[in-house]
Amino acid sequence: MRETELAIVGAGPAGLSAAIEAASAGVRVTLVDENQRPGGQLFKQIHKFFGSKEHYASVRGFDIGTKLLSEVEKQGVEVMLDSVVWGIFGTHVLGIIHDQKNTYLRAQKVLLATGAIENALAFPGWTLPGVMGAGAIQTLINIDRVLPGKKAIMIGSGNVGLIVSYQLLQAGAQVIAVVEAAPKIGGYGVHASKLRRNGVPILTSTTVKEAKGKEKVEKAVLVALDQNWNQIPGTESEYEVDMICLAVGLSPLSELAWMAGCQFEYIPELGGHVPIHDLNMQTTVPGIYVAGDLAGIEEASTAMEEGKLAGIAIAEALGYLSPEEAKIKKEAVSRRLDSFRKGPFGKAVRKAKARLQRRGEVQ
Amino acid sequence: MTLEKDGFLSPEELTRLPGIPSAERLEQGPVAVIECAQEIPCNPCEEACPAGAIQVGEPITNLPVLESDKCTGCGLCIPVCPGLAIFVVDMTYSDREATVQLPYEFLPLPQKGELVTALDREGKAICPARVVNVRNPKKFDHTAVIAIAVPKDKAMNVRNIALIRRQ
Repeated sequence: MRETELAIVGAGPAGLSAAIEAASAGVRVTLVDENQRPGGQLFKQIHKFFGSKEHYASVRGFDIGTKLLSEVEKQGVEVMLDSVVWGIFGTHVLGIIHDQKNTYLRAQKVLLATGAIENALAFPGWTLPGVMGAGAIQTLINIDRVLPGKKAIMIGSGNVGLIVSYQLLQAGAQVIAVVEAAPKIGGYGVHASKLRRNGVPILTSTTVKEAKGKEKVEKAVLVALDQNWNQIPGTESEYEVDMICLAVGLSPLSELAWMAGCQFEYIPELGGHVPIHDLNMQTTVPGIYVAGDLAGIEEASTAMEEGKLAGIAIAEALGYLSPEEAKIKKEAVSRRLDSFRKGPFGKAVRKAKARLQRRGEVQ
Repeated sequence: MTLEKDGFLSPEELTRLPGIPSAERLEQGPVAVIECAQEIPCNPCEEACPAGAIQVGEPITNLPVLESDKCTGCGLCIPVCPGLAIFVVDMTYSDREATVQLPYEFLPLPQKGELVTALDREGKAICPARVVNVRNPKKFDHTAVIAIAVPKDKAMNVRNIALIRRQ
């Protein structure tokens, strides 16, 4: 059986950052990803990121991805692409399928950085071609350079919905409206303003009632919602569209963590069931760590910091960093994480994360 | 009308922001107008300003404060703002016209001298505008800065231009 010191599942921002941090301390790292290309969702992000210089602020997501990849290469990390981790057993054996062949990889430590999956929204007509996740749209327009439709309605006004709507405009589509069930816009006002000054309305207290069409989406029926989120009869309106994009949140991709026997807690602010973890990002199963969206839905910027934290903690646990060296490095990362979670938008996550990590520390 | 409900800043919200220069300062020449109203963790504008006229400080969720006396209106803060929320207004451009510099991330770019349609924060066409400058150096990383001349009374409402259609 192949062996490694640290196996990382998922080569997105968290996994890449962890690999760089651990490998630069001397850890032998194997990074496994089911996709053909590493980078997770980073290469789809054509917008400039928020934050400070240390968070790569004002740098476009795909440029951050390129930087991380070249660093991973420089550190001599072994990268296995097109490789699906289908199981995790005992003290850290991963079952991996690559090129239709099954292999096993034994690791002293495992970091699960599997990311998240988009939430769906069921409504009459939701299975028609043309109803798709915002993430799928982003892949099509920004990676494959294919515009899947001409007129879109976006469901959800969180940052994903707002950003992807803007990118649809950049790609040459029309965005008829962004629809939000809550009475307030979910994402950053500046993202909303970019859309508004390009003439895109944002309809709050509104949802999609139905997608109409024979072979594909031809119309979207919207309806207003009352204070209790009930549809208000008679407020329906129809729009001719060929795309209904869903940006209604993400859920941690947690199958491997469940299989490994990690204890979970249900925390809506973090996207659902999240593995309990301590300040080192270690779960309730010794030797198994989590980082990024799996550890609670946040941003790529926080995923990178959590990845670094896990990478440092693992290097320390394997004896490559002294407790003193690790402490200094971890404190620097924690400071950056704290600064990113400040303010009204980070408040709910900050509190939820603290609650989860208190539980993790006790265990 | 509020940013949270409607997606753009109302006149009342704008007056409360620490990044908006006074009417007196606007009359004195080009100056940044920072329409950043929510405490999000972000500070590239602070570092981008060669005159030290933008303060965010700690924590980085502070709203940017414009020291308008120091601001030269160079516009280097415009392309670094990930929220595309910074503009430069010059009320002294001519007797009747002011210029507005705005961030623009669509192709094709307008050309210097071209006549375009100026839009307000809601995307409504409010007046014709003339493109007086297009800056798109590598350093701006694909956020071009377009300067347009508009009637003075429209300068604090114009925040975009309509997409350019070419055959």
